[in-house]
Amino acid sequence: MSILIVILSLGAFFCLYRALQGPSIPDRAIAVDIMTVIFSSITALMALRYKLAYLIDLSIALAVISFVGTLALAKYLEGRSLDD
Amino acid sequence: MIDVLGWISLCSGVGFTLLGCLGLVRFPDLYNRMQAATKCVTLGTCGIMLGVFLKTGFSALGVKALVCALFVLITVPVAAHALARGSLIFGVKLWKGTVKDEFTTDRGGESIIEEKR
Repeated sequence: MSILIVILSLGAFFCLYRALQGPSIPDRAIAVDIMTVIFSSITALMALRYKLAYLIDLSIALAVISFVGTLALAKYLEGRSLDD
Repeated sequence: MIDVLGWISLCSGVGFTLLGCLGLVRFPDLYNRMQAATKCVTLGTCGIMLGVFLKTGFSALGVKALVCALFVLITVPVAAHALARGSLIFGVKLWKGTVKDEFTTDRGGESIIEEKR
């Protein structure tokens, strides 16, 4: 189980490379979005590994935060206001 | 038996996620990267959550993992689609190997495929 968490962290490091390197703003946005979803699955694996059932709530919260943040940034890139 | 199925689901989910992150590093332009990363990570996260559900059964942890899998399956493609549309309007160039750009030409604009060097 721990080796799966390590492999997922390697994937998060790839996303971090793209977020630091990426030539445009949407590159960084999608990298951070994917990184948050990976953190959500890492949290689910930690809930299974350490038998802490409340960590899965954190996983759901991370998925929600990722979705809302990406939608807000997409609206901003289109040049519309948030209540449009 | 169910435990073995759970391990298979967890391992395939982690593999898909790692391949998606590799695509995020290696592909040539924003839209290719977005497609690779979004699809692979959606499937990988659903696999991991399904594995957690299979390994714990109908407990609080398992059912919440199933709900999280459903939520990720719905929302990550929607967010990526909105971001792709926003970045086309923002003016991010397509890769020079792209053959068609119907989104901007249908609206009467110039195609924004990157120039060949």
